[in-house]
Amino acid sequence: MVVGKNPNQDDDAATDLLFKALADPIRRDILRRAHESRPSVSALAREHPISVTAMQKHVAVLERAELVSKQRVGRESIVQTRSDALARARAALDRLEAQWRGRIERMEQILETDKGDT
Amino acid sequence: MPVIDVDKDLDALTMTITAEFEADAERLWQLWADPRQLERWWGPPSHPSTFVEHELTAGSRTIYFMTAPDGEQHHGRWLIEEVEPPHRLHMTDDVVDDKGRPEDGGPVGMTITIAETDDTATMSIQTHFTDRPSMEQTIEMGFEQGMTEMLDRVEPLFGPRE
Repeated sequence: MVVGKNPNQDDDAATDLLFKALADPIRRDILRRAHESRPSVSALAREHPISVTAMQKHVAVLERAELVSKQRVGRESIVQTRSDALARARAALDRLEAQWRGRIERMEQILETDKGDT
Repeated sequence: MPVIDVDKDLDALTMTITAEFEADAERLWQLWADPRQLERWWGPPSHPSTFVEHELTAGSRTIYFMTAPDGEQHHGRWLIEEVEPPHRLHMTDDVVDDKGRPEDGGPVGMTITIAETDDTATMSIQTHFTDRPSMEQTIEMGFEQGMTEMLDRVEPLFGPRE
């Protein structure tokens, strides 16, 4: 599947969601914990000074970015990192895009700075 | 914004990003050829990179590391495979431990193409995951660095750094 020659809106939207998801230290912590074990939302809430409701919102942001999925087990909501290949591939390629956008911006800055020197 | 195209292929696991610069091909090549220039752009400001060995000759090995804010060093190695200055460069990038041994996960392939037009030049970087573990590695490292990359992107809105 080729995701467009030009960055299309869906692609940009997915990248935005990923950035937003990773922009918060609590959500990065959720990702780490969900990768190591399969914690419940209430167990995650106990690890941080926030309510279960607030934790549910954080998990929902990660779900929209396709980084985690939620599963109902009895009365608990279990959070796990999504392992389906497509979501992982998208996350990895989005990560590379973000990394290279940063690098290209720094290249541009170097060219500008050096031009100023000569 | 110099980025003019991004192309992702989820099946082939490639990401190609193309940027246009007001410079000639030779100047863009220097960004890759000169280790002191590489150090200014390879790592995000939060993770400065140090290139210990670097020479753009086919068969040569580049050794570098990035230093995290907590002082931890992430080591990497490039194997330079094809060099056609100032237009084409192909290499593989491996995450290695501090003894230079590759970590789990195959290398990430990188092909750089530089094309000159009248008064600008484009640089196209194709990155390719050679296997799933190398992809997972990128996601893991992204948790840490993705954030700083994002700050790099929004910071210009608030004025220059320093």
